[in-house]
Amino acid sequence: MSILTATGVEVTYPGSGRPVRAVAGVDLAVEPGEVLGLVGESGCGKSSLARALVGLVAPTAGTVVFDSQPVEALRRRARPVAQRRLQMVFQDPYSSLNARRRVGDQIADALRLAGGGGRRRAPAAVGALLERVGLDPAMQTRYPHEFSGGQRQRVAVARALAADPSVIVADEPISALDASAQAQVANLLVGLARTEGVAVVFISHDLAIVRQVADRTAVMYLGTVVEVGPTATLWEDPQHPYTRALIDAVPTPDGSGRLPADLPGDVPDPAAPPSGCRFHPRCPLVTPDCSSWEPVLRVQEPGHAAACILAPDRGAPDRSTTGVPS
Amino acid sequence: MTAPLLEVSGLRVRLPSRTGAMLPAVDGVDLTVHAGEVLGVAGESGSGKTMTALATLGLLPHGARTDGSIRLAGRELLTLSDKQLRSVRGREVAMVAQDPRTALHPMLSIERQLTEHLRHHHGVGRKAARDEAADLLDQVRIPDPRAALARYPHEFSGGMRQRIAIASALAARPSLLIADEPTTALDVTVQAGILRLLDRLRRERGLAVLIITHDLGVLSSIADRLVVMYAGRVVESGTTADVLASARHPYTHGLLDALPEGGSAAMRPIPGSPPALGAVPSGCPFHPRCASARDTCAADVPALLQIAPGRLSACPVDPYAPVREVVS
Amino acid sequence: MTGPDPLLVPAAPLAGDVDVPGAAAAAGEERAARTLTRSPWRRPLAVIGLVVIAAWVLIAVFAPALAPYDPLAQVAPKLLEPSAEHLFGTDNLGRDVLSRVLYGSRLSVPLALLLVVLATVVGTVLGAVAGYFGRWVDGGIMRLTDLVFAFPGIILAMAVTAALGAGLRNAVLALVIVTWPSYARVVRGLVLSTRESDHIQASRLLGASALRTLAVDVRPTVLGPVLVLSALDVGNAVLLLSGLSFLGLGARPPAPEWGAMVSAGAAVFDSWWVGLFPGLAILTVVLAFNFLGDTLRDALDPRTARALRG
Repeated sequence: MSILTATGVEVTYPGSGRPVRAVAGVDLAVEPGEVLGLVGESGCGKSSLARALVGLVAPTAGTVVFDSQPVEALRRRARPVAQRRLQMVFQDPYSSLNARRRVGDQIADALRLAGGGGRRRAPAAVGALLERVGLDPAMQTRYPHEFSGGQRQRVAVARALAADPSVIVADEPISALDASAQAQVANLLVGLARTEGVAVVFISHDLAIVRQVADRTAVMYLGTVVEVGPTATLWEDPQHPYTRALIDAVPTPDGSGRLPADLPGDVPDPAAPPSGCRFHPRCPLVTPDCSSWEPVLRVQEPGHAAACILAPDRGAPDRSTTGVPS
Repeated sequence: MTAPLLEVSGLRVRLPSRTGAMLPAVDGVDLTVHAGEVLGVAGESGSGKTMTALATLGLLPHGARTDGSIRLAGRELLTLSDKQLRSVRGREVAMVAQDPRTALHPMLSIERQLTEHLRHHHGVGRKAARDEAADLLDQVRIPDPRAALARYPHEFSGGMRQRIAIASALAARPSLLIADEPTTALDVTVQAGILRLLDRLRRERGLAVLIITHDLGVLSSIADRLVVMYAGRVVESGTTADVLASARHPYTHGLLDALPEGGSAAMRPIPGSPPALGAVPSGCPFHPRCASARDTCAADVPALLQIAPGRLSACPVDPYAPVREVVS
Repeated sequence: MTGPDPLLVPAAPLAGDVDVPGAAAAAGEERAARTLTRSPWRRPLAVIGLVVIAAWVLIAVFAPALAPYDPLAQVAPKLLEPSAEHLFGTDNLGRDVLSRVLYGSRLSVPLALLLVVLATVVGTVLGAVAGYFGRWVDGGIMRLTDLVFAFPGIILAMAVTAALGAGLRNAVLALVIVTWPSYARVVRGLVLSTRESDHIQASRLLGASALRTLAVDVRPTVLGPVLVLSALDVGNAVLLLSGLSFLGLGARPPAPEWGAMVSAGAAVFDSWWVGLFPGLAILTVVLAFNFLGDTLRDALDPRTARALRG
């Protein structure tokens, strides 16, 4: 059974003029212990979706269910204890830690909030968490600025781990980091999924990394999921032209001197999305019907669905297959 | 072979620390870039790659000391006055920095920022300058370029601002473009467009490009030659194809191993982190992080040796190590 | 993305494996905090400010021992010029001006401090409440600050004092009413901006209530700027209090209050010493607190400095 499911989630921000539908109806399911990659260009709504998944913003429509209970958007009251096992890691580790407090105190706070023992046990427990993310337990007396970017992101992961999470939503967790630190933090998150069964929603604009770490990948365009499937399948045989365009735009470090393929045009204004298929103005395979017909996700093979007129339904007409792996 | 457009030799940059000691940030770097050529500089942060670029532009932080020689089209830049350097920056060399927020003036319209150089340095008329600016915006894929000219930087998203910054750097019609992590903050689709634009400019206009990035994929697709830097020194250089297909220096190997390869194998990050300024290890600066380090590595600074025509490496442990198999 | 090359990295003050140079760039805030605790005392203006303030505090404490005469007693003929007997001369009632100036510090300095503390507390609480609750609470409190800001401070203070009745206590109350809104605005702005920051969101996700994040995470962010604002405001408070007394709305005779003494001096303009010395006393206190406040503001990062000015 899925640990986290989103059903028809929409997130709308009141803009000047007309409201912006950043997430325009997303169905997604996350299984325990899997790494789900979420990719798309900036402005595709992946960060808004991440915030809706953990309850930092209230969806304007649809529901998010975590561990059989609906996720409530945060208000002034403390988050219900059961939902504290749904955690988030932010993009910028410089701002996601309080610069004025020792990292040990911040992790100890998280432990206390999770009900993990009294004040006396804190240093040992904090040290254990730091060790789990590959840092020296003695570092708990330091302030965030005394760490490198990659180390800070690991501290942020350790703090999330204090809540004993079953799902971590990681919103661009490595894009603010140096190349070797990227690999270290990505490996850490994947390790949590592999060895401890923590489900990880790995959001990134770096497809090469997602290809490496994700079991399944969902591709977002302008607020909707246009394709979802096992990472290998999706990479080898993308069914949506947008997925193919993204993959072809990734430069490969093979020394071949091959320029990555271009995808003309820009992501349209989400306040005024194109009619029909949202991708049709940029699509290299556009057909006359694309501007009038809005495609829904249709099953290509078990666990692999795409929303394109050229990807006809090959599976059972079951809406719930969206996002559910084989 | 014609003379290089940019020729950096024996470049040393030292930065003042708080205590007043001068710390080497760049320690004897040689580079050449020919017209129409793209030279890639790879390395982690702190490798001195940005300082090398800033030295070339005469934009080092206050108190920095520079030795060596930087020649642009035969003219020594290090002895120029500030005023002369400004004119060089305006006409011959342009820079694209990673952070688009600092590259554009917040209070001036896009048109003003893109046409000023053309009108003042190249004597282009107002209308022709506007046409050229709109064309540049179109090339960096700003939608509705004519309307965009009348707008101000804050009206654009970060990615768009970076593209406008690139357009404004190109607007001066420089012969050399120095790009420091120009596409790191951008989506792959936009990145692809910009790499193609740079490639076209170097072929059509003979633009020389010095591109600095940690992204070996970007360098692989556009750079003719690669220079890998570590702790202020060049550790390996050669044609891009050679360096990426048969890396010789353990650091280059490390960078390649840290990349996602698409298989199920985990990325293997280089252990540890690059040394801080002023805390560079003795001998080979990479030896504390190097898997193939020997006792001698801590003692002597390895020389950058030619290991094949046009191919340099600074690792004495096994300069003719078996060629690395490339997984693609 | 990689950080910038190590422009800002200090030589080797960060021990251990602080290894990626970019890390230090984010340390600006922390550095400002360190500057605040260490280097102001090396700045001459701050030192002068501190010395003058310390001197006035000592004078206030030991006024009975320092003052040569009873400040309220008529000890000599009126309007004597400064002399060895009466260093600052005597006033229009024959009281010793030096003694009155020294005793005046027992009124002006503590009252100004009290005034600033009250305004800080009221403003901070109301500002935090506005920022925390938002909606109509925020709207209500902010309209109130608009209302106060709509009048020139001294005029409003005069009107309030006049309504409550002249006297030092009412003058202080009136000035609290006039000065709290600037604290409320600054605090509300800081609460609002900090509330949305990632580390607060992270605390909330871990189970901290909004109130708890306000106490643990927001408070340290707010304290620095409020401290600066308060320090800058003490001088202002001394000036306003003296101003009200000068206008006859604050201290009532025969209390030795500097503003009232300047007022009396203005009535006997030819006897310059009656008004000049209490005036100088006001000047030194105001300048001293401004020096101190400016130094604190410079030591804090430019962001907060901007927030204060805005």
